[in-house]
Amino acid sequence: MRPLVRLLAITSAALWLATGSAQAQLQLNGAGATFPYPMYSKWFSLYGAIDPTSRFNYQSIGSGGGIKQISEQTVDFGATDGPMSDEQLRAAKGGPVLHVPTVMGAVVLTYNVEGLPELKLTPEIVADVFLGRIVKWNDGAIAAANPGAALPAQDIVVVHRSDGSGTTYIFTDYLSKVSRAWLDTVGRGTAVRWPVGLGGKGNEGVTGLVKQTPFSLGYVELVYALSNQLPFAAVKNRAGQLVTPTLASVTAAAADTAVEMPNDFRMSITDASGAEAYPIAGMTWLLVYEKQADAAKGAKLLAFLDWALTEGQNAAAPLNYAPLPPAVAAKARAALARITMADGRPLAGK
Amino acid sequence: MTLHAAPVSAPTALERGAAAPGVTIRVDVGPLLPRRGRANVGDTVFRALTAAGAWSLVAVLLSIVAILVWKSADAVRTFGWGFLSEQTWDPVANEYGALPFIYGTLASSLLALLQAVPLGVGTAIFLSEMAPSWLRTPVAFLVELLAAIPSVVYGLWGIFVLVPWVRSTVAPALTHTLGFLPFFQGPSYGVGMLTASMVLAVMIVPYITSVAVEVFRTVPVAQREGALALGATRWEMIRMGVLPYGRAGVIGAIMLGLGRALGETMAVTMVIGNRPEIAVSFFAPGSTMASVIANEFAEATSELYVQVLVEIGLVLLVVTMLVNVLARLLIWRVGDGGGGSGH
Repeated sequence: MRPLVRLLAITSAALWLATGSAQAQLQLNGAGATFPYPMYSKWFSLYGAIDPTSRFNYQSIGSGGGIKQISEQTVDFGATDGPMSDEQLRAAKGGPVLHVPTVMGAVVLTYNVEGLPELKLTPEIVADVFLGRIVKWNDGAIAAANPGAALPAQDIVVVHRSDGSGTTYIFTDYLSKVSRAWLDTVGRGTAVRWPVGLGGKGNEGVTGLVKQTPFSLGYVELVYALSNQLPFAAVKNRAGQLVTPTLASVTAAAADTAVEMPNDFRMSITDASGAEAYPIAGMTWLLVYEKQADAAKGAKLLAFLDWALTEGQNAAAPLNYAPLPPAVAAKARAALARITMADGRPLAGK
Repeated sequence: MTLHAAPVSAPTALERGAAAPGVTIRVDVGPLLPRRGRANVGDTVFRALTAAGAWSLVAVLLSIVAILVWKSADAVRTFGWGFLSEQTWDPVANEYGALPFIYGTLASSLLALLQAVPLGVGTAIFLSEMAPSWLRTPVAFLVELLAAIPSVVYGLWGIFVLVPWVRSTVAPALTHTLGFLPFFQGPSYGVGMLTASMVLAVMIVPYITSVAVEVFRTVPVAQREGALALGATRWEMIRMGVLPYGRAGVIGAIMLGLGRALGETMAVTMVIGNRPEIAVSFFAPGSTMASVIANEFAEATSELYVQVLVEIGLVLLVVTMLVNVLARLLIWRVGDGGGGSGH
């Protein structure tokens, strides 16, 4: 590693000789979830203007990869859409890992039925369609939820993600909460054994299949549905309200749970209780070791996280990510105090 | 250490099992040189370099096999041989069986061959025997251009062109004509085994065609003229004079295409429907070994899950190797068998 470090030093030295800047740059490496990647890229470039001495490098390789890499200490921070399990936390080589919530996303049900401008769904319908119990669009349950809609007497073509993903985790976590049968037969995970349907790779794969296949129903990230102008369904939440997925209704999903948010922030916010809350929502986290081996890097990381939870939140909505509710952001900022030097002394972060 | 090779006529480093890089090799290249005995330095260096290149490739392959075996050891221990015959794939419950993927890989590749072989060999016959010379070069060039298209582009073409066409035209037509066979029954969503095999077929045609053209070009003109002189029609001339002569080469070409089809990942993943089930109908969605690895590796969170995916990679390697071994045997049989004139 030594020669590599020296090479990096020489390269960066050459860089600031070239740019005429008199400050050393510190590179922080991260890897993980693909869903927040556009958000993080934007943050890193915005933050670069605030603190030119730090450079962030992020590889969007998937949540599983992010958890693996931070556990092996091959990166300075990880990123995931699904919280680490207790077992994974124990396996992390650098001690306790802090989950820092950053932004929120949601999973929406997009469909392809001509002459159906809007679709209303209940948790039971969603679960039964994905379990293969409701097979026709004009099923009694769907008709009851959509009075007056022209529902075709056609088979529903279910489309799901074929690749493991945080999106699938959020969706199956929701189904496991609202349907006992789903919990018993399928369960929650980044990849599950789907009772019915076709698999598309990535959000773009699911979208392509839904657009190509008449009478199909699939799930994609809200960010993706908004930027591609896909039709999506309103879903009845736990309070009995029909909620259309919007950035505001996603933020609302975490607002009610801020009170009961555990200290390690590992919490699912699907099927949230608030009247305004869209029920299939989730947070995404950055994973940071509480004991930072490298004080200089730790300080930079801490300062960045603090910025992301305050100023950074304003950059979320323009990219179609839902910002954290203020109460959750404040709680997360307070938790940043747990990130210290290896001997427990505070980092010169803020 | 030094190897003293016995003076044999033009031995090759490979045949003599030359050693790893860093070993000096003294070779007696006897009849190749004007004076027996002292090979000059340039030849020795060149031989060592080429041998090092060849052996490093072997080393890369062996290291890949070693890594696959090492990284899937736990999965192999946990599931044993049952892994190959189990049909359940449930990451949540940690139940894994590879049979649907093995079936999907073989079925999609063989279906692709059924379509690509007539098309590819037919094109090759046309180009080498019938096409006017001004047409030959541009057509051959265009066919070979097919090989240069990235597989993700094939996948997109599959999704946007082939899938709707299969759903609305091909599948109903097949059901209408061959619907008595179980392979062409049930609903077609456009994505599925059949569509995947069609994309694969288009992808492997250029390999089959370009190799087969080269093979047919090596058939001596005297063969053709002899057949024609004996009163053969053009088709008889091709059937009796050209095809038997190039049989071994054409089989080699087909196997090259098959090897390509077995390992294809992205394009297949995009149109096969990704359902780990064995369905009789070719309209039904399926899944292949390459596609399940591409789909699930990045988000495989548990240790066993990763191990299982690596084991699937190992199975894929073994299947590909078996296919290649079969191909070798087939080529030897065909090559040694009679019937081919001009051997």
